[in-house]
Amino acid sequence: MKKIIASISEFWKLVDQNNAVDGNDLPTPIADMHGTVVEQKDDIVDLVDSDVISITNDDVVFKLVRQYSKLQNAFSIENLVNLKSACPQALKQPDIDELKDISFMEACKLGFRTVARAASAAALPKVDRTPKIHHQKLFINNEFVDAADGSCFNVINPSTGDVIAEVANASVKDVNKAVKAAKDAFRLGSEWRRMDPCKRGELMNKLADLLERDRAYLAALESYDNGKPFKDAYNIDLPHLIGVLRYFAGWPDKINGKVLANAGDFFAYTRREPVGVVGQIIPWNFPLVLFIWKVAPALACGNTVVIKVDEHTPLTGLYTAKLIQEAGFPPGVVNILAGDGPNCGGSIVKHPDVDKVSFTGSTQVSGKSPNIVFDDADLESAVEWSHFALFFNQGQCCCAGSRTYVQEKIYDDFVQKSVERAKRRAVGDPFDDNTEQGPQIGQEQMDKILRLIDSGKKSGSKLLTGGKRVGDRGFYIEPTVFADVHDHMEIAREEIFGPVMQILKFKTIDEVIERANDSDYGLAASIFTRDLDKGIVVSNGLRAGSVWVNCYDNFDPTTPFGGFKQSGIGRERSEYAIDSYTEVKNVTIKISQRNS
Amino acid sequence: MKSRVWEMLSWFLGYSELRRLKIFINNEWHKATKGKTFAVINPSTGEEICQVEEGTKADVDKAVEAARNAFKTNSEWRKMEPAARGVLMRQFATLLRRDVDYLAKLETLNNGKPLEDSKGDIAISADCIDYYAGWVDKIAGETLPSAPDTFLYTRHEPIGVCGQIIPWNYPILMMAWKFGPALACGNTIVLKPAEETPLTALYCGSLIKEAGFPPGVVNIVPGDGPECGHSIVVHEGIDKVAFTGSVEVGRKVQEVAGNSNLKRVSLELGGKSPLIVCEDADIDYAAELAHRAIFANAAQSCCAGSRTFVHEKIYDKFISKSVELATKRVVGDPFDTKTQQGPQINNSQFKKIMNYIESGKKQGAKLECGGERVGKNGFFIQPTVFSNVKDDMEIATDEIFGPVMSIFKFHDYDEVLKRANETTFGLAAGVITKDVTRAFKFVNELLAGSVWVNDYDAITNQSPFGGYKQSGHGRELGSYGLREYYEVKTVAIKLV
Repeated sequence: MKKIIASISEFWKLVDQNNAVDGNDLPTPIADMHGTVVEQKDDIVDLVDSDVISITNDDVVFKLVRQYSKLQNAFSIENLVNLKSACPQALKQPDIDELKDISFMEACKLGFRTVARAASAAALPKVDRTPKIHHQKLFINNEFVDAADGSCFNVINPSTGDVIAEVANASVKDVNKAVKAAKDAFRLGSEWRRMDPCKRGELMNKLADLLERDRAYLAALESYDNGKPFKDAYNIDLPHLIGVLRYFAGWPDKINGKVLANAGDFFAYTRREPVGVVGQIIPWNFPLVLFIWKVAPALACGNTVVIKVDEHTPLTGLYTAKLIQEAGFPPGVVNILAGDGPNCGGSIVKHPDVDKVSFTGSTQVSGKSPNIVFDDADLESAVEWSHFALFFNQGQCCCAGSRTYVQEKIYDDFVQKSVERAKRRAVGDPFDDNTEQGPQIGQEQMDKILRLIDSGKKSGSKLLTGGKRVGDRGFYIEPTVFADVHDHMEIAREEIFGPVMQILKFKTIDEVIERANDSDYGLAASIFTRDLDKGIVVSNGLRAGSVWVNCYDNFDPTTPFGGFKQSGIGRERSEYAIDSYTEVKNVTIKISQRNS
Repeated sequence: MKSRVWEMLSWFLGYSELRRLKIFINNEWHKATKGKTFAVINPSTGEEICQVEEGTKADVDKAVEAARNAFKTNSEWRKMEPAARGVLMRQFATLLRRDVDYLAKLETLNNGKPLEDSKGDIAISADCIDYYAGWVDKIAGETLPSAPDTFLYTRHEPIGVCGQIIPWNYPILMMAWKFGPALACGNTIVLKPAEETPLTALYCGSLIKEAGFPPGVVNIVPGDGPECGHSIVVHEGIDKVAFTGSVEVGRKVQEVAGNSNLKRVSLELGGKSPLIVCEDADIDYAAELAHRAIFANAAQSCCAGSRTFVHEKIYDKFISKSVELATKRVVGDPFDTKTQQGPQINNSQFKKIMNYIESGKKQGAKLECGGERVGKNGFFIQPTVFSNVKDDMEIATDEIFGPVMSIFKFHDYDEVLKRANETTFGLAAGVITKDVTRAFKFVNELLAGSVWVNDYDAITNQSPFGGYKQSGHGRELGSYGLREYYEVKTVAIKLV
């Protein structure tokens, strides 16, 4: 005898009454949910299992869990997973409006498992919307120093356009100083070179502990400097980068060389040695995430680092300098410079004592990633994922799904739903919990995006929503959707790096593979289909470094990320990143006699 | 010594609470189903420390059921993200370090090893758990090259419920070696600590719980070999058994496992490991190393360097240096900071070793020093050195597991290689030489799972450890240690 609960209010009415349902007593879990001392686990599952109620859709389930987690002030991901299995009709008809404020729900749908866990861990902490900026100087040899020429540059808050900090502006002299420090730290016999591999891992784990300690502050600072919603910085960026750092902290004592099956009376083996002084240049879209993506594998392999944080977003990197010092890394192992590309970045790249350069940014690591939606896909889910694939992080992702290919049979429905979804996207103050989209990074980017929107309008594609700046303060742009886009158009070929979705129509598999691959880029791609064969065949055919099937932006630390073609060289994250930060040395020793 | 031990004992009983002397199943403490207990002895005095609940078949059944439940598809443990397993493991390592003082005293009380050695064991145990915590998200399957219309890949999946039976010589460390890879791969565990030394393992049960492992992931059942150990080895609900101990018991384990559900078996057994000192060795360095190789841990190490082969040109000098070191070795109260060697583990080991010393004398080896019991209480034996040992003597072929150094003379490198390899064991070997060509000749031709050059006991968490021949099956530690704890599933998908 099940009581069907169709809405959340009905559920809470039941809870409030704490009363009989159809003559039966409510199961104890419901009563417990009011209290503070509750066996956290499985209460809601019990409820669903209890034959007393059934829940009509996942929205209600998630809402329940959300309420529950608020009550408990803590939440375990197991509950959610259990609930999904207890409620298999999940996600058929999600009412997006109702779910708007459920960040972990989004996170789950988006496949960010770590994120989902983090998002559900607790309500967002209260933070200062104008966080105090502690570190504005360069970090060389574990010391904070002014630029050699004493110059500074302004850092802008993109949601207001106001100057929020003046940061030391590194140029060639500072680069020389940082490289010298890194080179000294890398000398044979130095503390860093003599350190046991597992001790390197310990230092890295310690740094992860400190990032965890300061997570709320760092998320606020990131949001302040970059404009991304605080909710995202706190629930996505920080947990993710801490996970990546811990992942690489496990590597130092596992980077094995090989003993070779060579011929002759020789003993031959390989050692995987650090490359040396590594120069790293990172962009502004995921400032601290990319800082860790670069630094973590470099340190795991025993290199020393000179990293240039982006001049738009230097603040979290410079704060992390303090944490690196606190964790106990020897001086010179990590040196952090802030400055522009031509001067500071250029000097790093040209420096003869820098053994390797790793760069993330425009032209070298970009994308125009195809997202292919077949007509057998779960339409609701594909619309939500595709929306996320493009609009996440204000559309400022190198792997953004910026060419949405939709099969003709579902094309009209897909376009209509995507437009509805984009219209609902909440644009505004990054510190508002409801905000999904903050400002673009700066004036220049905003102007470029608006110009490309203009190009789209002129090219004959249909502008169905958005297309304009929001307000006159900060760099906000409306979520924008173009349909009937054709492959040759500028908006189908250029990386826009903004909240502008391009929807293209296709008919057949062969056609879409060819069109998807017809790009200079090859960073990422995705496929939505329920068909196993199609999923595998198309993913094999796509020329891209990451292919996601029925999901997007899955950034697990164990998976490699990087581009085919002009989207880049090498891979970040995962074991493959270790290859980028080690040299292979072959040692051959003459011996008296070799047997198998 | 007695008063100090009594002080320790009362402190232990006060601190530990009696529940920790029970059986640890499902993160709870259970009394033995049969209601029996057994005495745990302090080897320094021969006196009883306490009684511990004795696990028998019924308790093993209960533990296996808990482990099976914890391993069910969709259990908390099975669904846990790899990185989250790593977090739990690192937390466990942190707790080991937090409680190092207590655990070390407990280990020394129960096992008799010097307190500083116990502390060292716990530190490297924590490091071992940390090392494997780093593996959790790196145990990767592979995708395989295949015909274009097939998609092939492998998954590395946990084996399931692992029975682990560990010895008394390194109680905590052997537990860490077993737990590390098993947990990293996502298995669940039924551990039987040695009946001589169950105390630290049981205390670790409470740390496992405190670290936050789900119930049933780790279960600890103290008991003896014939009943409790046998119940594990024969159990149909256990998918793999790992055993460290004697060859005799290892052979039974493999037999019984084969006759039950053909569970996977890994064995780390005994040794009679050669250490070869070449003519170009620095004699002082070599004698120090050879002394440590045999006498460390009261010579109760499976990889003890128990056959010391010395080149004839330096033989006499080497012996006098070795005798000097053995005579200087401080034997006594393991809680005394000056002590280098505590007691042997129990009376039967003590007697066995004294018999071998007698046998050595009778068969014509030259007793250079030692050979006697120390004191009247406990199981202490003088560091003993035999020279002029011949390959066919009992002390040259049998694993003594006691503080008895046997020195052999050799004059030719091919000869000594042959003699070194003429044993049923193959756990470890060492060679001391400065000559690079000779070193690699030994490295390549010695039949042993670990070969140490100009070093001994060079065991690190990255280095696989295990035996050739009758010294065992499989490897512990390093990435190789993981292989004993996962099944490989091949998945082929035909694209039609």
